[in-house]
Amino acid sequence: MYTAQRLWLASMASLFVFLFLLALGYFFGRMNEARHFQSLERREADLADITVSNTKQIPQGMSDCQFVSGNVVISIDYFKRLLAGIRTLFGGRINAYATLVERARREAVLRMKEQASDNNMRHISNLRLETASVFKNAKTNIGSLEVYAYGTAVK
Amino acid sequence: MPDIEITNLETLPGRSITKHLGMVQGNTVRAKHVGRDIMAGFKNIVGGELRGYTELLTESRDESVNRMVEEARALGANAILNVRFSTSSVSAGASELYVYGTAVVVS
Repeated sequence: MYTAQRLWLASMASLFVFLFLLALGYFFGRMNEARHFQSLERREADLADITVSNTKQIPQGMSDCQFVSGNVVISIDYFKRLLAGIRTLFGGRINAYATLVERARREAVLRMKEQASDNNMRHISNLRLETASVFKNAKTNIGSLEVYAYGTAVK
Repeated sequence: MPDIEITNLETLPGRSITKHLGMVQGNTVRAKHVGRDIMAGFKNIVGGELRGYTELLTESRDESVNRMVEEARALGANAILNVRFSTSSVSAGASELYVYGTAVVVS
């Protein structure tokens, strides 16, 4: 009786922790994401005059090359990770990760553009984007990913 | 990285290549550390940017670029063209940052 009671308590405690993390992930994850998208949109509008291309040619009349880059490591929240985990049982589209990758990519490109605008550059040629799931370990199987954007800025 | 120009274009606009010196490269393997990991553990719950890791990777990438630049300098180059980066996770908790390009002399 005594051990059964303890077992019950322990399982209730872990269930409570799980639900707590889930709620935390849901609310803060949503909040963070909404805030991040807002900031992305605002900064993208500010830097809209810097054009970016992934061709190797640079526009006529521009010179003065400079290497620019930006990177970001971003993590998914607990709630979305669970959703994605369930999704992988049935297959299909995982929206949770799609927005994560989109945020990371836009952020990295923005940071690169910010660096270019600090140096009064007007255009970025030969943009390359690289995505890596870094510091992968068994516990957090995809968790976080890094996006690195680099290119050559000219003015 | 002064005096050596780095670009991921195949030429430098308005300059001509006078000498090819071959490929130069640099790499670093970095492991995360515990302090940063605790913060990252928290961020894994609420989501968002892992600033510690962003910085860590920026530092490591700078280090590999520096190594590449040193190699180019030893060859007597003044520019590195067509620079490419690549990242791979070597083992759990460590990742390699590799950068390579072509060392040249431009006039």
